Amino acid sequence: MDESTKYLAAGLAVGLGAIGPGIGEGIAASKALEAIGRNPEASNKIIPLMFASMAVAESTAIYALVIGLIILFG
Amino acid sequence: MGLNISLAPDILFSIAGFPITNTMVWTTVIVLFLIVIFGSVTRSMKLVPGGLQNLLEVLVGGAYDFTRTIAITEKKTKRVFPLVFTMFIFVLVANLVVYIPGQSALTIDTGQGVVPLFRSIMSDYGLVLAMTIISIITIQIVAIATVGPFKYVGRFLNFRSPLKAFLGIMELVGEVAKIVSLSFRLFGNIFAGEVLTIVMLSLAPFFVPLPFMFLGLLTAVVQAFVFSVLTLIFINMASEIHEEEA
Repeated sequence: MDESTKYLAAGLAVGLGAIGPGIGEGIAASKALEAIGRNPEASNKIIPLMFASMAVAESTAIYALVIGLIILFG
Repeated sequence: MGLNISLAPDILFSIAGFPITNTMVWTTVIVLFLIVIFGSVTRSMKLVPGGLQNLLEVLVGGAYDFTRTIAITEKKTKRVFPLVFTMFIFVLVANLVVYIPGQSALTIDTGQGVVPLFRSIMSDYGLVLAMTIISIITIQIVAIATVGPFKYVGRFLNFRSPLKAFLGIMELVGEVAKIVSLSFRLFGNIFAGEVLTIVMLSLAPFFVPLPFMFLGLLTAVVQAFVFSVLTLIFINMASEIHEEEA
């Protein structure tokens, strides 16, 4: 396969794959901050759950990244 | 690119035809280290704990309380806690050990060339897949133990109506998707962190890789937590399957 096609494919894979999770994590963070704003004492319980939810929402971006890496280095 | 990045780990030597990769060597070292630490603390347990025992008690106690908030009953928590906590500690130590300075500079000269002696073990998809399969098999065993083998198979192969048959196929797809998503999340995060660090170090070696390595450190802890908590949640869900309405 052409080297330039590989680079193009990897770039497209990661670029398109990062759109959705970016939006999703922004929504998760905004809801978490809103909840902290309403109830600042619960922030110790909310923040670890927010990080865990962000890590799960990040998953599809990671899948796209793995495909990109497989295209480049596999 | 001139960088030496490969998906598969490099083979160091073979024992009786079985190839030993550098991640296998590192995994053995980490496992022995964990066994020695936890074993030496539990062999001489004092009622008023000293330094290391105190630290480990805080860790284990905190994780046990967190596990009990998800698996509500004491009996379920006692059963599921060893697997979940072992996975958490193993993935956490395995990810953190990458940040020991100088460990990626040790190389070994095999017959085919110079390969690094150590490599982040969670960037080896074989290991991640093995851990994921352990989780999935545990989930299926818990599901069978909860509702019995016939109802368990009846969840997937349901012939009462076309809609239920389709939903059964979707359940099967969901189980396969769990394997893919659980393993790719951990593997992708760690492997991509490795590749990013290598590329940044080759582009701008001083100070610029620091934010990326810090992100990698944060990711290491968070991904260990997410992997074990997701396993815990799936096992809990499998133990609470309700009977389908007739």
